[in-house]
Amino acid sequence: MKSLIKTLVETPGPSGYESQIRQTIADIIKPLVDHLEVDKLGNIIARIDSHSDNPKTLMLSAHMDEIGVIATHIDSNGFIRFTNIGGVKPESCPGGHVRFLNGTQGVIGTEIINTNKENLSLENMYIDIGIQEKEQASVRTGDVACFERPFIDMGKRLVSKAMDDRISIAIMISALRALKEKDINPIHQTFFVFSTQEEVGLRGATTASFIVDPDIGIALDVTASGDTPKGVRMEVGLGKGPAIKVRDGGMLSDPRIVDWMVNTAEAAGIPFQLEVLEKGTTDARAIQLARSGVPVGCLSIPCRYIHSPSEMVDIDDVENSIRLLISLLEQPIQLDY
Amino acid sequence: MLDKSYFYQENIPKINQQQIQILEQLCQACSVSGDEGEVRKIVFEQIGSYVDETKVDALGNILAIRHGKGSNRLRIMLAAHMDEVGFMITDEGDNGFFRFDIVGGIDERQLVGKPIVIGEKHKPGVIGAKPIHLTTKNERNETISLDSLRIDVGPENDNHIKIGDRATFASPFLQLGPSILAKALDDRLGVLNLIELIKHAPENIDLLAAFTVQEEVGLRGAKVAAYTLDPQLAMALDCTPASDLPIWDKDNYQAAEEQLENAHYNVRLGAGPAIYVADRATIADPRWVRHLENIAKKYQIPYQIRQPGSGGTDAGAIHLQKDGIPSISVSVPARYIQSSAGIARLDDWQNTLALVYFSLADLTQEFFSVDR
Repeated sequence: MKSLIKTLVETPGPSGYESQIRQTIADIIKPLVDHLEVDKLGNIIARIDSHSDNPKTLMLSAHMDEIGVIATHIDSNGFIRFTNIGGVKPESCPGGHVRFLNGTQGVIGTEIINTNKENLSLENMYIDIGIQEKEQASVRTGDVACFERPFIDMGKRLVSKAMDDRISIAIMISALRALKEKDINPIHQTFFVFSTQEEVGLRGATTASFIVDPDIGIALDVTASGDTPKGVRMEVGLGKGPAIKVRDGGMLSDPRIVDWMVNTAEAAGIPFQLEVLEKGTTDARAIQLARSGVPVGCLSIPCRYIHSPSEMVDIDDVENSIRLLISLLEQPIQLDY
Repeated sequence: MLDKSYFYQENIPKINQQQIQILEQLCQACSVSGDEGEVRKIVFEQIGSYVDETKVDALGNILAIRHGKGSNRLRIMLAAHMDEVGFMITDEGDNGFFRFDIVGGIDERQLVGKPIVIGEKHKPGVIGAKPIHLTTKNERNETISLDSLRIDVGPENDNHIKIGDRATFASPFLQLGPSILAKALDDRLGVLNLIELIKHAPENIDLLAAFTVQEEVGLRGAKVAAYTLDPQLAMALDCTPASDLPIWDKDNYQAAEEQLENAHYNVRLGAGPAIYVADRATIADPRWVRHLENIAKKYQIPYQIRQPGSGGTDAGAIHLQKDGIPSISVSVPARYIQSSAGIARLDDWQNTLALVYFSLADLTQEFFSVDR
């Protein structure tokens, strides 16, 4: 499990440029699914056919893109100006390491004069790739880079960049492996979607949900936690189990879906917590508004330091999320009011 | 007039006096978001005999199709928006003074004292404020708010001007040597390029042209146009600001000699068509970016990569329609757009038109044979 997570978080895949992580995922899941296609925005849409009578269509979605940076200007001394891809936090940048898709590594520096805590932004930073003049640059305007930080296994806790949302991908892959090993057939016609461009506006999920046209949608993503010193006021904490999302900044979960997830967890004896997130959203919002609308929910993995290069999750939350996901696939849902 | 190495190819669209005259007609039209009729008429006059199918949809987009020849043709959508930023009259007027609102993105500092024209009849007026010798020092330091400004058409000229009428800057259209000075270069340059591409459409594609509405207020026309046309690929033809002026540190002449670099120019005049890798609304399909760069190198067309970050084009709405449409934007650079007068280079205009033309003519199904 941990080596799968390590492989996934270390593979580059910033929004719009997911080809490497897409190949990694496709290679792993191809023998585990009945059908796999890649759509026009690069989403992987994989399907497990249900043998039940009249199954409902369930779409699961975890995003394979990560936040990153993109070069805007190479100055005459070879320093690279950049802007964000997705929600990059300025305060987690200075001194950080990045790696461009062509392999070039760099360090993020900050202008000293006129920069202070109040006006710190990507505008007064630059990337230093260790050259002396512009002509030596192996990078040009438009080139894309990921943050780089080594994966740390602390035992119960795991730390890396891109836990958002590769940890959910690890969960989906583990569920697929379990379905195969234990010969479990899902009750629902189930689509495992590995979406693109979530971090820049849920774009992959928008077109993927049009294609799948599901009866129910469940996103899998990380959520914040309220368990750090003087942290955000929030009930969710690491180690208390997968979080069943009630609401976030972009979507209200369908109460029938929340009930289904809660009842399933209770019946299977899986620890869980209920989640209300003030800011931020997931692919579930895009699925909810597809075509004529879809009831949605979200299975969240509590995570500290989201959108920094050192995101932290709890391995027991991950294992319990896998158990909950498998139980949901075996649990019918009543959608009548 | 403009001599390019690729001009030896026949049937390619070229910018001559005729195109400049059509551009003048387009730029001088008053077509603010939601009321694009004047430009719609000019477009119909130009494309009428060249297209196989044409319709105006519910929002006012012109959807025009010119079929190619042969089998297995690619269906490519090209979008250029007919609307410009401008103003809307918001009250009934008081002896020639009208309150107004801004439609689309215009800097409020750009307004006071500007002559304007209202509606298709181009009724003249001025955006008025207090004369300078009647202002206080404090007043002169602040931007005059929209609330304190009025459009003044002169007393007893206000009949037939009503709430909802659109107005635009009254600017001249001038050819200044190698440049054009005009209002609404964004996006009449794109509209004219699309007209020329229809007239010279390469035969390997079905050209699905969308002259869109309401781009400046949220890419609205493009969204429904893409839904109807359902293309395999799309390109937005737009105009993007060149903020390529030098920087001076006026407090430190010594520092000025060190040539403070302008790192936020977006695009530069004279550097050729601007290819978008990413803006706020779209991450371009990397296959499109590679294709355009290969074409530029093959035909020796200069080009630049627009600085990623801000802004959006019709591609933002198009690429998310239905099951997704791989999209990109290509723009003519121009200074001071979304103000009363912009400046563009004829060279950049010609090179943009050529780049798009050759990129369509050399497109094959091979495009889809590789991963993004």
